[in-house]
Amino acid sequence: MPVWLTDEEYRVLEAACECLIPRSERGPGAAAAGVADYVDGLLGAFSFDPPRIWAGGPTSGRMGGEAGFARFHRLSAIDELAWRTRIEGSQSLPEREFNGPVVGLQERYRRGLGALGADFCDLDATGQEARLRADTEFADLLYGHACEGMYGAPEYGGNRDLLGWRAIGIEGDVQPRGWTDEEVTRP
Amino acid sequence: MTVDAVIVGSGPGGATVADVLTAAGWTVTIVEKGRNHLLDPDDLTRPASDFSNDEIKFRSRYFLGPDPLIEPRTFRVSEADGDRTFVGEVNSVPSTVGGGGTHADGKVPRFRPDDFRLMSRFGPQDEADVADWPLDYDQLEPYYAEVERSVGVAGTDGANPFAGPRSGPFPMPSGAPMFGATLSVAAAERLGYHPYPAPTAANSVPYDGRPACNNCGFCAFFGCPIHAKGDPVAMLRRAMATGRAELLPETFASGIRTVQNRATGVDVVGPDGATRFLAARHVVVAAGAIETPRLLLLSGFEHPLIGRYLMTHFQTIVAGGMPFRTYAERGRAVTHVHDDMIVGDDASRRAAAEGGLPWMRGGLVEHSGAALPILEATHYPWGAAHPGLMADSPIRARLWAFIMQGEDLPYATNRVDLDPAIRDARGFPAARVTYRAGRHEHVASDHYGPRLAAILKEMGAEWTAVTSSPGRGNAASPEAVPESRHNVGTVRMGTDPASSVVDPQGRMHDVENLVVADSSVFVTSAGYGPTLTLVALAARAAHLLAGTRPA
Repeated sequence: MPVWLTDEEYRVLEAACECLIPRSERGPGAAAAGVADYVDGLLGAFSFDPPRIWAGGPTSGRMGGEAGFARFHRLSAIDELAWRTRIEGSQSLPEREFNGPVVGLQERYRRGLGALGADFCDLDATGQEARLRADTEFADLLYGHACEGMYGAPEYGGNRDLLGWRAIGIEGDVQPRGWTDEEVTRP
Repeated sequence: MTVDAVIVGSGPGGATVADVLTAAGWTVTIVEKGRNHLLDPDDLTRPASDFSNDEIKFRSRYFLGPDPLIEPRTFRVSEADGDRTFVGEVNSVPSTVGGGGTHADGKVPRFRPDDFRLMSRFGPQDEADVADWPLDYDQLEPYYAEVERSVGVAGTDGANPFAGPRSGPFPMPSGAPMFGATLSVAAAERLGYHPYPAPTAANSVPYDGRPACNNCGFCAFFGCPIHAKGDPVAMLRRAMATGRAELLPETFASGIRTVQNRATGVDVVGPDGATRFLAARHVVVAAGAIETPRLLLLSGFEHPLIGRYLMTHFQTIVAGGMPFRTYAERGRAVTHVHDDMIVGDDASRRAAAEGGLPWMRGGLVEHSGAALPILEATHYPWGAAHPGLMADSPIRARLWAFIMQGEDLPYATNRVDLDPAIRDARGFPAARVTYRAGRHEHVASDHYGPRLAAILKEMGAEWTAVTSSPGRGNAASPEAVPESRHNVGTVRMGTDPASSVVDPQGRMHDVENLVVADSSVFVTSAGYGPTLTLVALAARAAHLLAGTRPA
């Protein structure tokens, strides 16, 4: 179940992300890595308490230490104002419109996914790419988030089973182990 | 209650002033507009555990601030471009407890003696208001030495043949050289340059109760998860441990009050939005070279040079694609640098003359690679080519690069003022940056860019690419906004009240209990990162206030 998107929007999103970062002989694509969950998790960040904006620290537990990334930070009042404005838009609320209206990510995704069309999943790769290229502003927004969801920490919902990091042969976060001086100088 | 000093800003400058003043027995209140992720909220003498190897949190989601929706800045290249051409992130230094010290990768070079006397050593330049500093290297040296110990700097004595004289050794030996740097250093030496281990405020051995750096690689733009970076956590912890310092995070200084040429305190807006007045016998402003002039202007100070002479370094970025992995994700982000392009040679003097300049200076060259996969991915196109590019990784795993932090000259037209319309979330006018690089910066970049590319080719590069920030495109493009965070120079220091805003101790000329203790006071930008010099100046200002001497 998507957190914020409708099931249909989620399916279009997943197909669009796969078009941007496709499966290949080099590794899995965005769909397998859960990139759509990352985007849906951002759009629905305030469905959680604390909101899923900033993962905790100092370690994830993958290299030892505690699973601190899983404890998301509490937001201060002004942090919440920033992130609600960014995600939900300013919605004519005066405290969010001190520099004018802000179109939120939720509205941009609802509109952008709608424009890709309910039949997007049924198109072949060429057809899907043409739809994405018809709205480069939305494609750019989506690609930035897809890169975060593919190659960012899995606590944010993407990079499932570390598929994104494994595909490019990196460890991701390395605290508290770090690298030895030998590994730094003579790898 | 009236404290001895209210300090605006908890970054390297403010933290240093707090450390020196509390050691001298003063009571201080530190006002910081950003959040506290640096110190344990339950025991402010201990570091917190909020920092992490998390590219999303630090690079995409403004964990250290400033969030441009809350604290926007505006930008234009010149007044002719109208009120602004850009609203958002401009020369952002973190808005958080610890300020710029949290995200810096800790390269902390000293300036050299010539950096303090460009006018008498080299002479004037058209368009720029070149001037000598009102103090010299020898006067600052005891403070450099003190703050190197205070922060904890690792370095190699005698390794830089161009360095100024030192009264003592580095407190720690240099840390492990990065693999890529061992190759770029060897290539640079073969071509006659003099690279050396970068003096770095990251522990190479346990120091001051903090562990040695474990080379995690998340250094530039990240807070240190293990607090091996000493700046400014070391100074803040010491100040808090005296019991004479109070830290007020999420508290915005909106104005400095004065009565008959004396500052009486600071108006602040707290985390709950309530305003109050903090009375103080002294006010120290250490908010950085963009926020400090903003606060002075918000406070109604009228010196015509407030905000003028903004400098931020003209960055020449030279990348090379190697036929081998460079392992730039391991280590301190930058372990080696060279000064040759500040010092110059016959070829650079000829290039200056051909470019119509009496003289020119480049900047410190940082030997570095790229480590972050999200950043890399966004530089490739989407679609079928993406997976192969990410796996082959020409601009991360097999890249090596130089960034030259080119000295930019002080032009009166490059400035910070208050934007006439754009505001922050608390309702105060945003800082507006007006910045255009001059002929000096372009001639120096054009001269040194190909020479840096030649070093990368000597190292084995299959291709090289030279770019700069700000870019050379049109004024309205995003590339016109400088990438650099080395903001300096907007509250110039000097002896003459007509040509400077603060005196050689950082005191405002006609308000002697108002002290500026950050890089705003710089007269010229030098080609080095500003941190150690601003920290040394802040220590000096605080010692002179308290009547104490450097340790």
